[in-house]
Amino acid sequence: MNGFSFWTIWLRNGRVWKKNILATLIGNLGQPLLFLLAMGYGLGRDMAEVEGLTYLQFIAPGLVASAVMYSAALETTYGSYTRLTVQKTYEAILMTPLGVVDLVLGEIVWGASKGVLAAIIMLLTLPLFGVIPSPWVVALLPVLFLSGMFFSAFGLIMTALAKNYDFFNYFTSLVITPLFLFSGIFFPVETMAPPVRGILELLPLTPIVSLSRILCYGRFNEPILLKLLGSLLATGCAVWLAGYLLRRRLIQ
Amino acid sequence: MSSVRQFILGEGQGIGYSGAMLQATSQQEPAPAAPGSQTVVSVTGLTKRFGERLVVDNISFAIQRGQCVGFLGPNGAGKTTCINMLLGLVEKNAGEIRIFDLETPRFHREIKARIGVVPQADSLDPDLSVEENLRTYAGYFRIPRRLARERIEELLHFFALHNRRDEIIEHLSGGQRRRLLLARALINEPQLLILDEPTIGLDPQARHLIWERLAILQAQGTTMLLTSHYLDEVSRLSRQVLILDHGQVVVQGEPRQLIMDFVGLEVFEVDGTAAELDGLEASFKQCDARLERVGDKLYVYAREDCSRLVKVLGEAGSWVRRPANLEDLFIQLTGRSLREA
Repeated sequence: MNGFSFWTIWLRNGRVWKKNILATLIGNLGQPLLFLLAMGYGLGRDMAEVEGLTYLQFIAPGLVASAVMYSAALETTYGSYTRLTVQKTYEAILMTPLGVVDLVLGEIVWGASKGVLAAIIMLLTLPLFGVIPSPWVVALLPVLFLSGMFFSAFGLIMTALAKNYDFFNYFTSLVITPLFLFSGIFFPVETMAPPVRGILELLPLTPIVSLSRILCYGRFNEPILLKLLGSLLATGCAVWLAGYLLRRRLIQ
Repeated sequence: MSSVRQFILGEGQGIGYSGAMLQATSQQEPAPAAPGSQTVVSVTGLTKRFGERLVVDNISFAIQRGQCVGFLGPNGAGKTTCINMLLGLVEKNAGEIRIFDLETPRFHREIKARIGVVPQADSLDPDLSVEENLRTYAGYFRIPRRLARERIEELLHFFALHNRRDEIIEHLSGGQRRRLLLARALINEPQLLILDEPTIGLDPQARHLIWERLAILQAQGTTMLLTSHYLDEVSRLSRQVLILDHGQVVVQGEPRQLIMDFVGLEVFEVDGTAAELDGLEASFKQCDARLERVGDKLYVYAREDCSRLVKVLGEAGSWVRRPANLEDLFIQLTGRSLREA
């Protein structure tokens, strides 16, 4: 078997997704677009510029990154948990030549793909709000894919540990929502007091938000290498842990 | 898949069970000790513990090519754990499993590419249609698209699902879902078919249809491992049974022979008051039989022809006389007490 067997799991998820395309897109894009409207347009009209951008311009790239996070994390929690338990999809898959590694990669790459699709749609709507991305935005897509893999893996870790759906309330309330609020989407992390800034910069979404802003407007006002390497490392660890925990749950 | 094609041609002829056919096939079975390629599954000293609990205790058995082995035992006897170890879904603590002469779990991919599994719980993709379910599963086996399409066509006909191909799983009846699970298990033309309670919860019509299809596959030489609590189902399909209890193999062999050895020739079931049954017990002493009292019932397991006792019984309330069967053997070897208690 070659290393791309996980692709067949991606195709399976895609086949199911095609049937509910509208519901999932609205679910994943509704929140970031509404935030862009309310905060960027509503609140931002009367606000001073931040880092040389209007408030709407300032928050738009971070909201794109948050759309990836929501899309990926929800897919591999509620979605994957349903496949693990109610639908017994994993059981069915493990009776074929595919193994746990294929399963984990298939789910994570699928979650990341959904995230990037949400990001692309959101980026395409930005001109409606008067935000015109630079050509560098193309380089943002692989970064968002990486972030999508991280949050898919994070979600899958939660799935491997979950005893029921209520468990995911912890994840959304204690992880996803704080990350949405404190990763520098709505305010510049750089202006915070040093200890707070240090903590916020270690959050997994923070480097992605600044990379999104940098690449969206092509303004390289911050070093990007460390942010990329950090995200890469975090993603690698999360994928490994997701594989380890899901294997422990599936193979007794 | 030519095998399935043969069936389609023969559909109208009502292929079913005939003693002659079973006889003929059983004569072609290899001797139990046949070496090498004739052995499809070979398990030696298999052991599994969940924490402190010993679930599978040093089990050894073999399945020969073309056999259908009935894998029996009360709930919790270790059947499902055993099957999951064959598939690499449960890690063994000790012992060796070889399937197609390959060691598992090391070669689980190669092995599972040649196995079909009908799981006890429905694991069909509820959002997908009948055909999409099969196409998706074919994808997992990396069956080329065109070949997959041909096989799906044949399987849909074989299991009488071709009129429901675009139906979403939710709209299928229990029998149709089971047939689809079977079709899915056959998508890779498996050399070994593992059936875990294949007809659980089905009406008699649906069960008979599945039995008929399984008999055809068997006549074509597919090796099968069947677990079921419907022992009449096992009697129909399996010419070898293996009874498991408390994680150990209690007995293994040809069902008719095992029934003769452990139960006897025929069974009398007699209802009556305690006094009546006491009286009857005395008369049955004249015959070579084992007696068992369960509540208001007397079971007489006769090892010889006890026709002469029919006269005695005629005066008793209600009674039946029937051939000894697999269920008697099962109860005899694993007891009457409930296991989940």
